[in-house]
Amino acid sequence: SQANEEKKILFYHPNEVEKNEKIRNVGLCEAIVQFTRTFSPTKPAKSLHTQKNRQFFHEPEENFWMVMVVRNPIIEKHKDGKPVYEYQEEELLDKVYSSVLQQCYSMYKLFNGTFLRAMEDGGVKVLKERLEKFFHRYLQTLHLQSCDLLDVFCGISFFPLDKMTYLKIQSFINRMEESLNIVKYTAFLYNDQLIWSGLEQDDMRILYKYLTTSLFPRHMEPELAGRDSPIRAEMPGNLQHYGRFLTGPLNLNDPETKCRFPKIFVNTDDTYEELHLIVYKAMSAAVCFMIDASIPPTLEFCRKLDSIVGPQLTVLASDICEQYNINKRISGAEKEPQFKFIYFNHMNLAEKSTIHMRKTPSVSLASVHPDLMKILGDINSDFSRVDEDEEIIVKAMSDYWVVGKKSDQRELYVILNQKNVNLIEVNEEVKKLCATQFNNIFFLD
Amino acid sequence: MAAAMGRDPPGPAEDEAPGAAAAGAAAGREGGGEEGEGRARGGAEAGGCYLALCARPVHFEKANPVNCVFFDEANKQVFAVRSGGATGVVVKGLEDRNPISFRMEDKGEVKCIKFSLGNKILAVQRTLKSVDFLNFIPDSPQLEYTQECKTKNANILGFCWTSSTEIVFITDQGIEFYQVLPEKRSLKLLKNQSINVNWYMYCPESSVILLSTTVLGNVLQPFYFKSGTMAKLSKFEIELPAAPKSSKLSLSERDIAMATIYGQLYVLYLRHHSRTSNSTGAEVVLYHLPREGSCKKTHILKLNRTGKFALNVVDNLVVVHHQDTETSVIFDIKLKGEFDGSTTIHQFVLPPRSIQPYQIPVAGPASVTSQAPVPCKLYSSSWIVFQPDIIISASEGYLWSLQVKLEPVVNLLLDKGKLMDFLLQRKECKMVILSVCSQMLSEPERGSLSVIATVFDKLNNEYKKYLEAEQSYTMVVETGLSRSNPLLKRPVRTQAVIDQSDMYTHVLSVFTEKKEAPHKFTIAVLMEYIRSLNQFQIAVQHYLYELVIKTLVQHNLFYMLHQFLQYHVLSDSKPLACLLLSLESIYPPAHQLSLDMLKRLSTANDEIVEVLLSKHQVLAALRFIRGIGGHDSISARKFLDAAKQAEDEMLFYTIFRFFEQRNQRLRGNPSFTPGEHCEEHVTFFKQVFGEHALMKPTTF
Repeated sequence: SQANEEKKILFYHPNEVEKNEKIRNVGLCEAIVQFTRTFSPTKPAKSLHTQKNRQFFHEPEENFWMVMVVRNPIIEKHKDGKPVYEYQEEELLDKVYSSVLQQCYSMYKLFNGTFLRAMEDGGVKVLKERLEKFFHRYLQTLHLQSCDLLDVFCGISFFPLDKMTYLKIQSFINRMEESLNIVKYTAFLYNDQLIWSGLEQDDMRILYKYLTTSLFPRHMEPELAGRDSPIRAEMPGNLQHYGRFLTGPLNLNDPETKCRFPKIFVNTDDTYEELHLIVYKAMSAAVCFMIDASIPPTLEFCRKLDSIVGPQLTVLASDICEQYNINKRISGAEKEPQFKFIYFNHMNLAEKSTIHMRKTPSVSLASVHPDLMKILGDINSDFSRVDEDEEIIVKAMSDYWVVGKKSDQRELYVILNQKNVNLIEVNEEVKKLCATQFNNIFFLD
Repeated sequence: MAAAMGRDPPGPAEDEAPGAAAAGAAAGREGGGEEGEGRARGGAEAGGCYLALCARPVHFEKANPVNCVFFDEANKQVFAVRSGGATGVVVKGLEDRNPISFRMEDKGEVKCIKFSLGNKILAVQRTLKSVDFLNFIPDSPQLEYTQECKTKNANILGFCWTSSTEIVFITDQGIEFYQVLPEKRSLKLLKNQSINVNWYMYCPESSVILLSTTVLGNVLQPFYFKSGTMAKLSKFEIELPAAPKSSKLSLSERDIAMATIYGQLYVLYLRHHSRTSNSTGAEVVLYHLPREGSCKKTHILKLNRTGKFALNVVDNLVVVHHQDTETSVIFDIKLKGEFDGSTTIHQFVLPPRSIQPYQIPVAGPASVTSQAPVPCKLYSSSWIVFQPDIIISASEGYLWSLQVKLEPVVNLLLDKGKLMDFLLQRKECKMVILSVCSQMLSEPERGSLSVIATVFDKLNNEYKKYLEAEQSYTMVVETGLSRSNPLLKRPVRTQAVIDQSDMYTHVLSVFTEKKEAPHKFTIAVLMEYIRSLNQFQIAVQHYLYELVIKTLVQHNLFYMLHQFLQYHVLSDSKPLACLLLSLESIYPPAHQLSLDMLKRLSTANDEIVEVLLSKHQVLAALRFIRGIGGHDSISARKFLDAAKQAEDEMLFYTIFRFFEQRNQRLRGNPSFTPGEHCEEHVTFFKQVFGEHALMKPTTF
């Protein structure tokens, strides 16, 4: 019945859409999935291509479906003096947007737990509330038009560091976990790049995305303002160090201040842990302390954390900065890399891109033509179809060459722009890049 | 007075009466046996006695009217001289346990008796003017011979042997340095020096004689002796606590001691508490006496009490015994003190404790069962203390060396950092340090990570110092520079050098196996140790990495392991790469980690090929070996075997063709030689692809 069909809809955006249309659209999706299931019971359709749209289907939990509809780009043409709109049906990459959809779920789960758990907690009503609350805000932050290969990888950028400084950080984390004995997990980042994760890889992956695309950008302003700025002057008592909370209390001296931290859910497949996320930062070093949700952090705890972590993290942050500069000088890596490349390792999710500009508040912008980015995406789709190591070289428009290499679990994409070069010379260039940038990993030539 | 114990020894001195030398009070009185008045034994019952008398003392016949007892500090020997030697002389030493007995003619009361080094010549002083000699060298003249002092009207205060044949007479008017010629039964004067002498003191360890000069006695003149030469060191003045009222001897030899501490010679001055100064108690002032340059006041040891004191130096620690409370305290001048710009002020390291109670063994094997051992009266007024570590009970006839016990210290010094600083300077410290390490890693006395880090850093600091010394020694030896530097010595490995294998065997492997601590703590400790080693730039041994990996694997912390490897915290090595390979079945990314490591090692190309072949990545293996230019020398059979096992006909074809081409290139013929043992593969190839598919030899 119609009423039953309507009940199936847990969340629909935009909400203004007329009820019957909602039901129709959802019913269509359901039909497509059911239909394709007859051909491939374990792998039903993931996307549907139509003239105007692409539809993406995702079943993150059994019997819970997420569908995202993305409109194909339109170009305006003039025919007989009249504007004609043409849909570009082949522009969107399936892998990019299906990854975006999966990350929507991961992000929801990080802050809300599983759909099933919400149902158990309070039935459909609670689940609907949570979905509404989360996606209402989250969807606004998706910049679908600038999604690309990096969204497929959803990788982690690691901060390059020498062994000794890394060990110092280890030592710091261990001592902090000991002093603040309710801390269950810790993660450490510098310059928005990961150095240590006590969380398992998949949880860290999505937390990293949250931190680098949402939390850190929101706190960029006071950071850039420096310590003499009026913003900093508002935070008294920090004379000994530059540490401050990015989540939780704003002013430790205000006894009325709220010590509320975001809750996150990790290891949802087995132990299903609910944690408070405390993010604390001094200069460019950020630490995430995660404590069991059953222990609400008090103001007293926050003050203790501030007094213990603040001074040590400040020293550590300047150590890292100093060491990083020394290493940079030694390796001579100061000069801009000549190569534009994207590297990704499926094993540790390490990602490196010289194609993307520094992340702006919520997106990272590619510095090359979208057509080239699309070629990268196509090569990636080819790679994901086979297990073997592969190498693909594409001659693109206007003296551009795009090279994709897959070796074991690693993928490398290089964009070259040189006039009058042949395939062999391009291959030589890529070899050179591998020898300089990736000489300490096993990467087949 | 019959000073039974050689010359006046620096025994316990009366406080506030430094001048009033109660002659003989310090020395064992004839008949001895004067026990203390049953005072309460302070500290003894508190436990944790960190000082003890050695278990095997030298027992000698106690002093009595017919038996005179002498002690020689140089040879650490006790002489029991019965009836002036006529009824026998018995010499017993701490070091050589076989007593020497002989008789000598009674030519009058013996004032001083000593063997030269190596027991070659015996010197006996019976008068104020001369010393008699008797050879103990086999086949040399056995008749006594005599040397009178050269200086007219001078009285001999005593003598010291500086070698097996060199002797110094100290008279009240100076010193005379002689060479003894035993064959000729005569002495040859090497050097002499006129100077008014109140008293003297000899430190055999450093061959330095100290003379008290001037009216007050507080200007000290050291002389240094070495193989026939005598060097006058610069004199110095001991600051007296208060300006003396009259011009009389104000510095007693009982308040002065000489000892070598951490390889340096010090003059120790026991400065008594004076009412006029506002000091809280007596103190020991240390003057550093360098071989060259002037003597400087460097350390002040605060005793915070008054009364009678005696000094020993044991294991580079200054031990101060206090008779009134029957306790002792120790000072370590290497520990941090309060520096006032010129001197460092030290407090005692540990709370005062009595020397460990001591049972005198009952003489005679027969009486062992019937008679209980007698407790020895400690801090008895009949005790005489000699440098560096000798305590003699003249009344009971025992000579002990004093020892420092390290185990009790562990529970008395709660600051682990300070405890390590203390222990690392001790001779027999290794097992105690290792047990402290074990203790701080386990309940109930588990230390915090920052304490553990401090301890590791202190241990590795010593360890690194030794490694560096060893390395520079090896370098000098290897470059042949050692010939131009005969003084070069191989660095001594003291017990304070606790290396990785010690830590692994005694501490870390035991600790990880016990599994009583949360794994987070276990890993934190291992990482802290590795951090510390790295901080001191010490190469970490493979077995430590293995321990880390084992612990991480046991707790399924693979992602953690992955991150450690990513930052090269576990340094690359073939064994580590192999260990990772073995983990592949439980943690697939280990495969990649292992290959990366082998690649970085750059000496493991064969291993890389083996790994790839074992995974049937035959093409990858071939491409790799070609990439490094090794494809002309690889075994065709190995690759063809792997290709066949992969059950991929196209792959086999490709590999087969590659080697045919190689054969063509290298030998001008595509066929395989019998030595390559590829017959079965050729047959297989023909079977699958037909005879015509074989490559034809190209002829030019």
